[in-house]
Amino acid sequence: MLKENLIMAWDNIKNSKMRSFLTSLGIVIGVAAVIALITIVQSATGEMMSQFESLGTDKITVTATGNPLKSGLNSSDLKTLEGLDNVAGVAPSVTMTGSAGRQGILLDEVSILGKNEKFFEADTTEIMQGRKLSALDMDGNTYVCVIDQDIAQSMFANEDALEQRIMVNGQGYTVVGVRDTESTSDIMAGMNTSSSADGTVIIPYRNALALSGASSYSSVDIYFENTDLSDQTIADVEAALDAAFNYKDNSYSILNLGSLLDMMNTMSTLLSALLAGIASIALVVGGIGIMNMMLVSVTERTKEIGLRKALGADPLQIQVLFIIEALALSLAGGVIGIVLGLGISVVATMLIGTEFAVSWGAIGLGAGFSIAVGLIFGWTPAKKASSLKPIDALRTD
Amino acid sequence: MSEILSMKQIVKEYQMGDEISTVLKGIDLNVNSGEFLAILGPSGSGKSTLMNIIGCLDTPTSGEYLLSGREIANQDEKALAHIRRKEIGFIFQSFYLLSRQTALKNVELPLVYSGADKKIRREMAADLLKKVGLEEKINHLPRQLSGGQQQRVAIARALINNPTILLADEPTGALDQKTGHQVMELFHQLNSEGRTIIMITHDVNLAKQAKRVVRILDGNLLEEVV
Repeated sequence: MLKENLIMAWDNIKNSKMRSFLTSLGIVIGVAAVIALITIVQSATGEMMSQFESLGTDKITVTATGNPLKSGLNSSDLKTLEGLDNVAGVAPSVTMTGSAGRQGILLDEVSILGKNEKFFEADTTEIMQGRKLSALDMDGNTYVCVIDQDIAQSMFANEDALEQRIMVNGQGYTVVGVRDTESTSDIMAGMNTSSSADGTVIIPYRNALALSGASSYSSVDIYFENTDLSDQTIADVEAALDAAFNYKDNSYSILNLGSLLDMMNTMSTLLSALLAGIASIALVVGGIGIMNMMLVSVTERTKEIGLRKALGADPLQIQVLFIIEALALSLAGGVIGIVLGLGISVVATMLIGTEFAVSWGAIGLGAGFSIAVGLIFGWTPAKKASSLKPIDALRTD
Repeated sequence: MSEILSMKQIVKEYQMGDEISTVLKGIDLNVNSGEFLAILGPSGSGKSTLMNIIGCLDTPTSGEYLLSGREIANQDEKALAHIRRKEIGFIFQSFYLLSRQTALKNVELPLVYSGADKKIRREMAADLLKKVGLEEKINHLPRQLSGGQQQRVAIARALINNPTILLADEPTGALDQKTGHQVMELFHQLNSEGRTIIMITHDVNLAKQAKRVVRILDGNLLEEVV
């Protein structure tokens, strides 16, 4: 029975090709718009998110602005933070601009960073040559540094930079590693290694603190063991910091990439939903088109309906026939719309320069929408057909 | 012969604005299995209304109508559809074939609604088309057939559910004399095989071909002595 209805529906659609096509066009446009918008938004934000994620959602950054009584975080504060539950490590950060030189070459706008081994453990930037800084370098009396490839290029050109001595703000340091900052896709690289014109030198954090003349740390990264517990850990960190700053307000701020990511996620979902909502207006208009065509079809085929009833079709069978026809129209439109929408997405993502990713959710939504439109807007005409009285239907000329 | 149709005091009224017009004014009619009955009447006599009620396309305003022992008057649309499917084979003046379907598909249609298996439908429809002499035309569309051939397709379609009554409304009205005659021949053949036929017509000569004739005039039914 279902198969028969499908065949009959197909016959009818085939017999009014142009009209069926125009009727389905509304659905085609609606579904294509929904698919394209969702796919484009998702692939654009997806790429941004994956960059954020590569930074690690397993850390927070504390910026201590301090207050008149206490300017920043000292070693014992760091020890306290390190001792908190779920804290894998604490990496203080000292940032300044200074000079670096060697044998008549002087770079006077070099970013000098003080970091500890925890920073290097979490750092995703590739070390081209040599090694990272280790815990053994952190005693405050070890003068080793890791430079980036800009400085290596400026100072050593084609020479091997390893084990060479350079002057950093007048102090001699041995180069133990070269970082490939260009290899990283890390969009936040600038935050970790604020890139000055001439490049970046990373030295042990204690040396850097001494060099800067400050007595406490103003920026500390805190790494988590288990991100599921980060809310609790952040609360613990806040409690510890409140105590460290003697409960003075505005002494510090916390940058939490995890929550930033959550926020972006929410925004991207909202944006998708909003755009899909706008696009689905086209679907409603398309649905009205289908309803209109089906109503015309019922009127045109009144005699056929009467005949089918005389031959023993009950009202439900007539209703099913017309609903299937409406469904076939909207589903056909939906399928074409999905293909078209994906095509548009491929071209658009290519133009934007992001990676194209098939959004099965959007395809499901498009298919679901077109089925729903067929059912909702096919219902009334089908009901009208099924409730025609056979004698009235047969009598019309 | 057993009685298959029994009408007692069938009245059909229509509301026409403020007036009620009574189209059937108390019809009594009994039909036995195997009869060939003609209902003769001019247009406006109520014969179409009577045909619609006999064919379960419409229900009477009052009166009792038993078809195969079942009361028809108080059935709903769905039940009426199921009764038509089983009891009535319709033959219309202008054939009413689905123009985009082949002869075979047209004949199959009633079986689609009674839910028969596709293979059985095919076989039965092909057999019936053979019986009405169209075995070579089963894949033709209606417009590729002559009027007489189209009516024979319609007759095959009316027979496919093996109905209790063949109900024909002016079956030769759209045909020339010769093909009309062929269709009547087919009716005689079917009747001789035991098929009950009720034919509605305004044509006295056609009605005379039936074994029994009743005349309807102004909503009343009179038995005609042939």
